[in-house]
Amino acid sequence: MQITYFDNNSATQLDPRVLEAMVPFLKENYGNPQNMHSVGAVAKDALDIARKSVADFIGAKVGEIYFVSCGSEANNFAIKGVADANAHKGKHIIVSAIEHFSVLYAARRLEKIGFEVTILPVNQLGEVNSNDLKVALRKDTILVSIQTANTEIGTIQNIKELVLLTKANGSLFHTDAVCVAGLIPIDVNDLGVDLLSFSASQFHGPKGAAALYVKKGTRVTPQIDGGVQEEGRRAGLENIPSIVGFGVACELAKNEMIKNSASIKELRDKLIEELPKKVEYVYLNGHTSNRMPNNVNFSIEFIEGEAMMLLLDSKGFMVSSGSACASKALKMSHVLTAIGADPAVGQGSLLIALSKYNTMADVDRFLLEFPAIVKRLREMSPLYDHFIKTGERQVAGPGTDYGHEHDHNHNEE
Amino acid sequence: MPFYSEKVMDHFSNPRNVGEIKDADGVGEVGNPVCGDMMTFYVKVKDDIVTDIKFKTFGCGAAIAVSSMVSEMGKGKSVADAMKITNANVALELGGLPPNKMHCSNLGADALHKALEDYLTKKGVKIKNNKTENQADCNCGCGEVEICKPCGTPITECADDCSCGCKSEESKQQKSVSSCGCSYGCTEVESKTKAKK
Repeated sequence: MQITYFDNNSATQLDPRVLEAMVPFLKENYGNPQNMHSVGAVAKDALDIARKSVADFIGAKVGEIYFVSCGSEANNFAIKGVADANAHKGKHIIVSAIEHFSVLYAARRLEKIGFEVTILPVNQLGEVNSNDLKVALRKDTILVSIQTANTEIGTIQNIKELVLLTKANGSLFHTDAVCVAGLIPIDVNDLGVDLLSFSASQFHGPKGAAALYVKKGTRVTPQIDGGVQEEGRRAGLENIPSIVGFGVACELAKNEMIKNSASIKELRDKLIEELPKKVEYVYLNGHTSNRMPNNVNFSIEFIEGEAMMLLLDSKGFMVSSGSACASKALKMSHVLTAIGADPAVGQGSLLIALSKYNTMADVDRFLLEFPAIVKRLREMSPLYDHFIKTGERQVAGPGTDYGHEHDHNHNEE
Repeated sequence: MPFYSEKVMDHFSNPRNVGEIKDADGVGEVGNPVCGDMMTFYVKVKDDIVTDIKFKTFGCGAAIAVSSMVSEMGKGKSVADAMKITNANVALELGGLPPNKMHCSNLGADALHKALEDYLTKKGVKIKNNKTENQADCNCGCGEVEICKPCGTPITECADDCSCGCKSEESKQQKSVSSCGCSYGCTEVESKTKAKK
């Protein structure tokens, strides 16, 4: 069966050119860059070259790039590192409601040790209102962290405007650009941010390498102590093969991103345009125009996302869903909740995250197969049955003895 | 290993007895779309035998598989026997369910019981004890029960933190070896408080 991978916000296929560059560092070039001997020197050179590529990719200087293991670590490093280093100036942090959990939970952790966190709401399209930020900013606000774009619904924030407000207040600005890197050009100078996270695995690089950009002069306390690596800011032997791959992924993306993103966007637009024509009662989540070129997110009413995902899997399509059942935490995604999606409708959310390896043929095949899957699940759905018979939507049906208070043993971490 | 067992995937991919019975003798509904799972069961009863079961389910793979399995298990049984099917039995028959699916997706037996209760009520039978397995009280009557984490089976003894204070050594010992008989063979339990009806 042909596998069509539409889950590129979870992980991406490694570009063969990236793999090729990595292989020597998994084999003969196994040295530790901190060593002075010649085997170590090879690793050191590779690390320097990769750092240059990664820095160039976002318009940063080499000294402003700190390698970490993944996007979550970059976000944790940014939030906790800034908080630790700037606690004497203030203990207030602002994040948006639709941040990645690595930002939200890092902020929650800080709350437990005496910081105050303001969580900004978003509108129905997933946008942070700059006025809300203006109101939330305080004298003691040390950090604002708002993602460049949302992974799940694809909405792109007006970062520059938010940065201006934040800088006028004398606070630092961090942005999580993990889902943006490799699809939309990033220029840290243009954005004006102080810190920015991005990860290799999101754009056809390997897992195990990500970076936190820290603008020169910004104080960040290490979160992993005990070594001289990364200018003493992040101890631990560097993951050289992955970092080398990260560097190459950045070079490739820098040269090919514009072209690739244009064709990815064509696929996205076709899906967004055609899907509602093929299936009734579907609703696009996220912004129509300020949207990631690779993001398609629909709520498919009357059916549940996990079941849909499994049936799509049986046809070779790998997608994801923000439904409660599809999450380990058994809660509808916090992003869909924040944009005010009807919980009954949001259970049928379908997330397609495209990549350069997807083709129009994949999209056509999907559009051909998908309606039958929805039909099948709707035929066995009591909610659809109720709607067809009465013309009314059953929000929370009668006899629902499993109410909101029902303990799902929630554990989001 | 795939997320679901082969048997779950079979019942999910080819669910048995999907549909509704127009002249059903009993109808039962459990769940809530907000939680992501909702089941409606229809039963037909003749001479105290459950002759037909149909269902409609909104929910995840587990919820659909559970509905299908319950419908097969209940068919042909006497009403009393069908009432004895528990959510835990269903999970067992399916070769186990992932732990996080035990509580909210595993409602099939509850839905069937509700449909049968509806039938009995219509017939004028007074239902004495309509507690489903998950609502079982502990033996001291305090309303706190322990539930096997993976399969959701209540272990009807008082929890350690039981407010009635009945923590006899005997019951503690029993607890340490108590197993709910699920396919996990677990003895791991969590305490769970259910408001007494």
